[in-house]
Parts: sequence; structure tokens; C-alpha cells
Amino acid sequence: METNNKIINDLVPKKFTKRGIIWTTFLIALIVIGLIAYIDQLIKGQEVTNMRDYALWGIYISNFVFFVATSFVGTVTVAILRLTNNSWRTPLVRIAEIIALAAIIMAGITIIIDMARPDRLLNLFIHARLQSPITWDVVIIPTYIVISLLLLYFPLIPDFAILKNHFKQSNSRWSKIYGKLALNWTGSIPQKILQEKSIKIIAIMIIPVGLLLQTIDAWLFSTTYRIGWDSTNFAPYFISGAFVAGVGALATLIYVVRKVKKLEEYITDYHFDKMGKLLALACLIYLYFNINEYLIPLFTAKKGELTHLETLFTGSYSGLFWLVTIGGLILPIIILLFKKGRQPRTMFYIGLLVVIGSWWKRFVIVTPTLLHPFLPIQGVPESWHHYFPSLHEWLITIATLAMALLIITICVRFLPVIPIQRTIDELQATNANGKNLES
Amino acid sequence: MEEDNKNSRRKFLDKGLKIGVIGAIGGLGLSKISSKLNASNSSGSDEKMELMTTDGTLIHVDSSEVMEIEHCNSHDTKYNVREGIPNRKFVMVVDLAKCKNALKCQSACNKHHYVTGENAWLKVYKMQEAEDTAPYWMPTMCMHCDKPACVTVCPVDATFKRKDGLVLIDNERCIGCRFCMAACPYSTRVFNWGEPGQEVTLNMDLTNHTSSPEHAGMPSIKGTVDKCDFCPHAIEKNELPHCVTACPNGVFYFGDKYEDTVTNGEESLRLSKLLEDKAGYRLMEELGTSPSVYYLPPVDRLVDFKDGLEDFKEFESVEPVEKTE
Repeated sequence: METNNKIINDLVPKKFTKRGIIWTTFLIALIVIGLIAYIDQLIKGQEVTNMRDYALWGIYISNFVFFVATSFVGTVTVAILRLTNNSWRTPLVRIAEIIALAAIIMAGITIIIDMARPDRLLNLFIHARLQSPITWDVVIIPTYIVISLLLLYFPLIPDFAILKNHFKQSNSRWSKIYGKLALNWTGSIPQKILQEKSIKIIAIMIIPVGLLLQTIDAWLFSTTYRIGWDSTNFAPYFISGAFVAGVGALATLIYVVRKVKKLEEYITDYHFDKMGKLLALACLIYLYFNINEYLIPLFTAKKGELTHLETLFTGSYSGLFWLVTIGGLILPIIILLFKKGRQPRTMFYIGLLVVIGSWWKRFVIVTPTLLHPFLPIQGVPESWHHYFPSLHEWLITIATLAMALLIITICVRFLPVIPIQRTIDELQATNANGKNLES
Repeated sequence: MEEDNKNSRRKFLDKGLKIGVIGAIGGLGLSKISSKLNASNSSGSDEKMELMTTDGTLIHVDSSEVMEIEHCNSHDTKYNVREGIPNRKFVMVVDLAKCKNALKCQSACNKHHYVTGENAWLKVYKMQEAEDTAPYWMPTMCMHCDKPACVTVCPVDATFKRKDGLVLIDNERCIGCRFCMAACPYSTRVFNWGEPGQEVTLNMDLTNHTSSPEHAGMPSIKGTVDKCDFCPHAIEKNELPHCVTACPNGVFYFGDKYEDTVTNGEESLRLSKLLEDKAGYRLMEELGTSPSVYYLPPVDRLVDFKDGLEDFKEFESVEPVEKTE
């Protein structure tokens, strides 16, 4: 019982420290700045961006793809690790679910930012045409939001009941809210069976939906004739890339949350070691698809394709291309092969490297292709031959990233980041096992 | 989608049949009928007449039912903007042998479509396939593909394909996602990144104009896509598209594939014969977009390529307008 109380006390959400308040204010400030920039974009039109008729998509789209990719972490860690019975996932799944939810919500918002006529958003439903990949996105993103939300919520129900009791004296208002969210959870056997079943259904559902989400995201590009996008390899390439981005984001944020919430006892070196191995696996798979996407086509590249590949390998985008390939992929693989490379602090830096690499990787996927159309670029101002985001684009994009972090911060503040009930249950199970062995 | 298509096709056929019957009655045996009518009017006989519909079926009609009407000109009939002008299929032929980059087509297009951006809808590319091959000038406009990639990807049916071959844009519906621009292999679509400012730049009175797919650019709408529309507003008035009439060298031929006729304003030619004689081809045939624009290769050129260099501007396709007071 005493250990249970310790676990509860350790894991219940605590008030922001001073640092927490500064962090949140900082994020809100970034969001407000971005919002101002967005309103300005609404008024003046997208001419405030550096996108033009050739570079017709920019970082709004690559940022959107990044968010979609990161949201894949929910599918990977929660569903796959659950179905394969990897028990080390317990202290990590909640944060993974939170990241997934924040990322997919922001993906939905980011794609609207790219729309030049958000006032006509409803046309997507009124005049929807099924053969357009955008319509598929309109279907899959809300679906994934709902499933992610449920996958976060169902396992939280017993924890909400614990929180309700815990805050009864100290904070009756929050106790009431947690109580409402706990849906009269008593922990009875029928309730437990029902909850277990619901989680299982959602966990199985999120796998095809998650895979479809990444696939549709890839099809958004591969359904066009454009050189560099018109690739049958694109869907698995995007899925494996999402695997990398998601696990990278998880490793980074787990480290930060562990430090801030002082959860070293619950999230140990062992967990980081496991995560490191998972990330290494993800990176290796992604490397495989990268070779398929960029190296093998060299052998049969037609003229246009060759120009595209040369731009990436030695041309104007080579710096960025090699940075994301070596920094975001090959270097992490090498470091993660060593046990020392999978220690918490190193994992944090690798995760950060992978996330930044993943973000720029999407930029490298979107932009160079658009600047190599089939017909030469002629008759437009010189500046249209290149693309680098404008101040508006940066401010708005940074705001979307800040908003994702704010959602995560709020969730981490008000939800138990490590499942309390499950931790207790697992501890009791191991204790019981231990006793059995002794007797 | 398929179902939808069938339905609209049925409707279209239905309409076509009606017009056809009237046309047949009015057009085919007009003199005969009228003489018969005159003869039978007083008697009111129940004499039957045999008539043939446009699709070849013979029908019997009581001759007293037959009345003389004015010859029905299908061009005058009101038609659905999204369906297109019935029984037509518009095509263009561009003779590269005649083009010397005079750019009159471009300025006429810019003028009549009130283009205020920095990217013209009609471009004349300076082309050269390889170092050893001869350079040539290649005007491009919207190819009005029969399998348009842009229409496939549009999520809201803002850009659509008509039965008369035209690919048009409903700027009142476009959501500005620019997916069609990404899909088009011909880079023909341009975007209104900001306020088009036609009232200011062109001193254009927009008070009585509502945007119509049939006259793109009048007015342009912020945050939506524009492109060459094959000038249905000119076709309606039995005129040729602005680029065709503006070209001093007769490069552009416009016409109807069903009639197998194209004209550049000076000469009218059989489309099939022209394509056969001059080895016509379509741009990026291998993509399978099936364009409505044909090109004639730049052989036996009447003009020197170098003459066009004078007018060639690498970074400009829309002349800045001098503001008029």
C-alpha cells in the first residue's frame, strides 16, 4: 500500500514550476506572433510567402508532412509494442499517445494554413470529389485524430479515478473534473474487461489507419507526374520515414519529461536502451527505402530524373540533402549501434538530430521537385527560380511547432504522463511472481 | 463518379437528340416539307412522313405535325457552362515552323484576360533539346487535355472538363490548394498569390462583372488558380481566340475536331490532313494526358530563330502596364 501511495504521489500531475511557466509563456508568445503573421497572410493573400507559381508548395506543406509523420509514433509504440507484448513500453506509451495527438491535430491545422481560401473550407465537404487524394486526407486525418484521442483516453480512465481521489482534499475543482472524466470508474471486473476490450479494438484499428495516413500523405505527391514524386516507392518510404520521425520525437521528449518531472526511477536507462534499438531499426529501414528512392534510380535515370538527382547529390540542394541523410539517418545508426550511444543523454541528442533531420528531409522532398518542372522555367522573375521561406512562413511554421509543444505541455501538466494504475498493477504482478518463486 | 458521368451523358444525349430532331426537321428536308405542308394544310390529311434523326433512326411523323421552323444553330442555344457547347470538340494546332517569338499572342492574351501577375498564361519557350539540335520557339497554353491530371486531383471540382474539350476553372469554388498546379506537367497554371488588383493596375471597371469560367481573368480572384481558357467568350461570338487573331505569322490554328477543320484566320484547313502532311504531334504524349493542342514540328522554317531573340525576355512574360490616368 505504501509503495502504491508513493507511486501515486510520484506520478500525479504537479503544478508548473517557475520554469514551466516561463516555457509556457514563451510558447504562447510564439503562437501569438505566428497568429499575427497568419492574419496578415489572410488579409494580403499568400503573396506574403515566398511561394510562387513554380515553388507552389513550401514549408507549410513540408511542415504538414512532418506533423503527419510524427503522429505515426502513436501507431508504432502504442499499437505495435502492445500487440507484440513488449512490457518496456509502459512508462512510454502515454507520452507517445500525447505526441501523436498533438502532431495530428497540428497536421490538420497546418494544411488549412496552406490553403489560400480557408473561407471556402466547407467546399471540401459540399463539393467533395472522391478521386482527389486531398479528399482522402480529409477523411483520414479526422479519423486518426479521433482514434488517437480514444487511444489516449481509454487507458486514462482508471488514472482519472485515482486523480479524483487524490485531489479530493487539496483541489476539489480538479477532483470534480477528473471525476467526470473517470466515467464512474470503480475498477470492478466488468469495467476492467470492457476497458481492456475497448483498448484492444482501438489499438488494432490504429494500425491500418496509421499506415493509411502515411500512405495517403505519400500519394498526395506520387499521384502527380512530377519527377521525384512520381514513385511507387513513395508510400513505404513515407511510412518508414514516419517511423523514424516519431520514435526520434519520442526519445527527445521522454528525456525532457523525465528530467522535468524527476521520473528517473520509472524511466530508466533500460527504457532508453530499448528505445535506442527501436530507433536504430527505424533508421535502418528508412535507409533501405532511401537507397531505393535515390541511389538505384541513378542507374536508369532519364534526363529529367538525372537533373533532379544531381541537384540533390551535387547541386543546389546537396548541402541540405547530405545533412539530412548523414546527420538525420546514417550518423544516428552508427551511434545507436553502441550501447553507450543508447544512454539517456545521448539518446536525447540523437532524437533531436533525427527530428530536425526529419523536418528538413520533408523540405528536401517537397521543394527541389517543384523547381524542376518538365518545361523550362522561363518568363518569370529570377526570384521564382528558387525558394526559401519568407519571414511570414517561418513565423507561422514556428507557431505551429510551438502549438504542438503547447498541446504536449498542457497534456503533460494535467495528465499523469506515466500510467499510474498500470504501473501499480505491474508492480503487484512482479511482487506476486517473486513471492511465488520464494515459496 | 462513373455513375454521375453516365447520368450527365444521358441527359446530354437526351438534349442532343431533341435538338437533333428539330435540326433534322428544320434543316434536312426543309423545302420539301414546306411545299408538302402548303399543299396539305387545307386538307389536313393524315399523310405520314418519313424522317431520319441524327443518330440514323427512321421515324414516321404525321405531316400535319411538321412545321417549318428556323434553322437551329446549336451555337446559339443556351448550354450548361459545365457541360460545354454541344457537339463540338475544340482543338488547336501550333505550327512551330512559323513562330518567331513575336509575342503578339502573349500580349493579346494578357490584355484580353486582364493578366496582372508576373506569369503569363501563354508562354513562348526558347527550346533546344540537345546541344547539336536546332533551337526553336514553342508557344504553350493550356493543353485542354482529354485526360487532365489537374481535374483528377481537384478536391472540390473547381476545375472541370467539358464535353467540348475545354478544361475550365470555377474561381468561385477554388479553395486555393494548388494541387492542380502540382499535377499539371505543362506548368500552365498560374496562381493569384495576392489581390489581382485589376481595377488599379488596368484601370478596369469590375462593378458589373462576376467571375465566370467562360472568361477567365474577368475578374481574377485572389487565392485561386487561373489559366488559358481557350476563349469560350470569343467562340460564342463566332470569333477566334485572342492569340490566334493576334499572331502576325499565322502560327495558331483553332477549330473543331468533329468538323475536322482548323483555321488561323487566313486559311482554313482539314485538321487530319494538316496533321498528316506536317507530322503533327502532341506535347509529352508519353504521359498519356491526351492534349487538345497539336504541334507541327519546326521544319522548313520561314523565319530565322535568331530573329526571335530580340523579343526574348528570360524573366518577364507580362509587360508592366503604364498607368493611365
